[in-house]
Amino acid sequence: MIELILQNPLIAALVALVGLALVFGAVLGFAAIKFRIEGDPIVQQIDELLPQTQCGQCGYPGCRPYAQAIANGDAINKCPPGGQSTINALATLLGVEAPSLDAEHGEENDVKTVAYIREDECIGCTKCIQACPVDAILGAAKMMHTVIASECTGCDLCVEPCPVDCIDMIPVPQGLSDWTWDMPPPAEEQIKAQRHPAEIIATDRGDKAA
Amino acid sequence: MRKVWDLIGGVHPPENKHQSVQLPIDVLPLPEKLVIPLNQHIGAPAKLLVANGDRVLKGQELAEPSGLVSVGVHAPTSGTISDISEYPIPHPSGMAARCITLIPDGKEQWIDHVGIDATYSFQDYSPAKLLEMIRHAGIAGLGGAGFPSAVKLSPRKTITTLIINGSECEPYITADDMLMRERAEAIVEGIQILSYILGGPEEVLIGIEDNKPEAHAALEPFVRDTHIQLVSFPTRYPSGGEKQLIQILTGREVPSGGLPADIGIVCQNVGTAFAVQKAIHFGEPLISRITTVTGRACSTNRNYEVLIGTPITHLLAHNGFDENNCSRLIMGGPMMGFTLTDLDIPVIKTTNCILAASWEEAPTPPPAQPCIRCGMCAEACPASLLPQQLFWYAQSHNHERLEAHNLFDCIECGACSYVCPSNIPLVQYYRASKGEIRKQAQEKIKSDRARARFEFQKARKEQEEMAKAAKREARKQAAEQAKTLSAGRGNKPQKNADMVKTAMARAAEHQASPAEQQARLERGIVRAESHLHTVEKRLETIRKEGTEQQQEQALAAVEDARRRLEDARSKRAQLNNTAGTSDTDKVMERLQASPRDTLEKKIASCKERIAVTRQKIVDSDDETLKAALTSGLEKQQAKLADAQQALAALPDNTPDTPVNQETTDAAANAIARAQARAAATRDLPAEEQLRQTVVALEGRIEKAKAKLDEARAGESEYVNALQAGLEKLQNKLLDAQQQLNTVTTQPSTVDDDTGDAASSAIARAQARVAELASMSEEDKLRETVASLKSRLEKARIKLREAEAERSEHVDSLRTAVEKLQVRLTEAEQQLAEYHP
Repeated sequence: MIELILQNPLIAALVALVGLALVFGAVLGFAAIKFRIEGDPIVQQIDELLPQTQCGQCGYPGCRPYAQAIANGDAINKCPPGGQSTINALATLLGVEAPSLDAEHGEENDVKTVAYIREDECIGCTKCIQACPVDAILGAAKMMHTVIASECTGCDLCVEPCPVDCIDMIPVPQGLSDWTWDMPPPAEEQIKAQRHPAEIIATDRGDKAA
Repeated sequence: MRKVWDLIGGVHPPENKHQSVQLPIDVLPLPEKLVIPLNQHIGAPAKLLVANGDRVLKGQELAEPSGLVSVGVHAPTSGTISDISEYPIPHPSGMAARCITLIPDGKEQWIDHVGIDATYSFQDYSPAKLLEMIRHAGIAGLGGAGFPSAVKLSPRKTITTLIINGSECEPYITADDMLMRERAEAIVEGIQILSYILGGPEEVLIGIEDNKPEAHAALEPFVRDTHIQLVSFPTRYPSGGEKQLIQILTGREVPSGGLPADIGIVCQNVGTAFAVQKAIHFGEPLISRITTVTGRACSTNRNYEVLIGTPITHLLAHNGFDENNCSRLIMGGPMMGFTLTDLDIPVIKTTNCILAASWEEAPTPPPAQPCIRCGMCAEACPASLLPQQLFWYAQSHNHERLEAHNLFDCIECGACSYVCPSNIPLVQYYRASKGEIRKQAQEKIKSDRARARFEFQKARKEQEEMAKAAKREARKQAAEQAKTLSAGRGNKPQKNADMVKTAMARAAEHQASPAEQQARLERGIVRAESHLHTVEKRLETIRKEGTEQQQEQALAAVEDARRRLEDARSKRAQLNNTAGTSDTDKVMERLQASPRDTLEKKIASCKERIAVTRQKIVDSDDETLKAALTSGLEKQQAKLADAQQALAALPDNTPDTPVNQETTDAAANAIARAQARAAATRDLPAEEQLRQTVVALEGRIEKAKAKLDEARAGESEYVNALQAGLEKLQNKLLDAQQQLNTVTTQPSTVDDDTGDAASSAIARAQARVAELASMSEEDKLRETVASLKSRLEKARIKLREAEAERSEHVDSLRTAVEKLQVRLTEAEQQLAEYHP
């Protein structure tokens, strides 16, 4: 047998190739089962980047469906709550040019808002409760409703269904706990505005110069 | 002299400390009002204890700690609460926060406060008790960050080194320096308390920069006879940073993202040690601190012991503050402080310096130039970071890279900004980037929560929808069923008949054995009797006091009950009579038949057989078979002839009496015996019955065998019939034995009709095993094939049902069917092999 193979290089080559094919096939088959990934990882990644307001402004019923749509080739500039930063992040993830926000779906709003129910006017119709995608409104039929501000994503889906228009979108008040320093303005603007750039003082520079 | 390590990086700005150390610490007159923020520390704001208009005493707790990482605030003097509202606080944002406004009454009336008793020392208290005192004294780190001291003093790890920070490296500030010079004894006592609370660390070090020889000299006499070591090291900014000081004094580095406690070190400021001494020794909470007021915009530069909450304007007014000469009013030092926008804000626990810088001291910084990659910032960085890389990444908001370059290890000391030749406000970039990253992390948490809630809601709605659909379906089915039922009742007699038939079949299935029937009847009788008894009793009572109508009703009821009892009794009697008769009837009939009838029947059957045999002979090709059949045919013909003769010989007028009176009597006797035995066995338990059956069968087999032998010897024509009978008997015996086996091995399952399906299945299986054991190999195989086939059929039916119902067992059923098929083919193959 071995001699036969040795004498016929063609058979030897065939045996070697078939053997390799079998081995790699087995390895790949094993890997396909062992390292199987449930679901589409790219959808997961896109969903991670979306702001999860579940507002539906993109035309899809929630952030995950839009992530699915993007994975299937939809435009990435349909998310006003995420704004340009989300579009940029998506563009980086997907390796495409970052377009600007599609105005058709709404405008980016820098100020974060939460829904607020004017409780005196609420008639307890529960329509806003049904509209809320994140269960952030508490209440029962014919009872006053109220918004759990910390869970509200500011999607304003509850404003439309309210029959007495008692829901306002109010800006989230900025407290000490979420205050951050601003980035210093670019140098050109500093010169134009004639303002000093730094809150960091390093006052002794003057002395050093003197 | 203890070895000290070098500070990595660092800068040496002009110190400007001499201006404010010329005069001793002074006390300011009481201001008109004190504004006390509820959150002067890192952590949760304190919880308010007082209301507007309350009169409070000096040292009274105004707000208590609202969590573990929180400290309370106390009234700096006696007076009245005039307002509790939002008020601008010292914070780089310039924002407002909740503050208590206190109008002093000038009486300085202390609340009852006691420290440790004069006759005791702090060692007589447990560290836990002392920690509680510190916590309630409202002490937060006085060095600058304001971390609650009680938390810092109860680390989870063993502490080997306590470091007291007296380095005060930032220019202009001299608060700690003056404190050490003037209150050295109290500080040392405070350090001893801290050391005691920490369980006596091996080393207690006071680190002082070498530009404060006076402070060093002042502390020296008090630490001479203690375990506390005074360590002096070269002046260099920012040696006073916690991690930097640890590096200088011990040569060890705090791990990135870790705490000093991770390497067994706790660091406290000298001011904190002083506050602790006050709190423990005198019971005085933290209501004042030493603050430096300096800068050329003030005519007097000196340190004050300021009450917490004193407005900055009050401080400045006593120091000849010239607003026109002031370029910027800074809280903290020139390197790390922040510009104040409002002069009305109060001094808080972390205010170590008010710097009113003149235009010469703090000129407007020139505009930032492009980074020239000189690398001076990297040399100056005390945290060994790469400030220019961080700067580029901060500009491009590349948060991932920023974190990879350990942005969060930056202590924001400002050394890089100080040395930058392009005047780039580097630290501001880092602070902004840190804020952005933190904000994003928070938003990420929030969006994850929103996603979880959204998905939960979706799942919930789906579930609700499914439940609704299921209900709808069930209702629809119920309606349909009702429809068909009513339709069937109306005009489908055919179906009705079917239903009756099936019901009867079911009833027949359910028909119990005679023993059970009897038991049931007995029970019925007992019930009927008791019922009768009760109704009779009721009748009695009604007769005594009831109306006529009631009496009649009761009487009817009694009659009814009696009738029922009669019924039950008669039924029982019937059962006893009929038991065992059905089988014997046929025998009796045959025995009592007239001889003519018998003969005629015989002739008819013989003729039939002959016809069949002839047909077979014609069909057959095999010679031997033909011969055999022909001989059989001849025999039959002879039999036929005999019978015909006998019939002819029978007198026509013979009465239709039994041929053989004797035989009939014997048979009747046998029947009577059997009935007696049946009656006897009826009351026996199942096991006993079976045993008796087995014994009887064995006896009968013996007899049958004997008869068979006899017949063979006499070449009787009944040999075949006898043999068949014997075989039947043997089969019966086998069955009975098996049943007996099952009964004896699984008594409970057979005796109780409650025996569950599983155990009865086991019993069946055991019986089968016993059966198989007595079979030949081939039979076994055949049996296996047959059983497998039936099982496969059943499994297929089940699978179809499951599929129709969309049951969750479909998969398992399918695999079961497949397995059965495999086994069946195997068994069939084996069987085929067995057959040559």
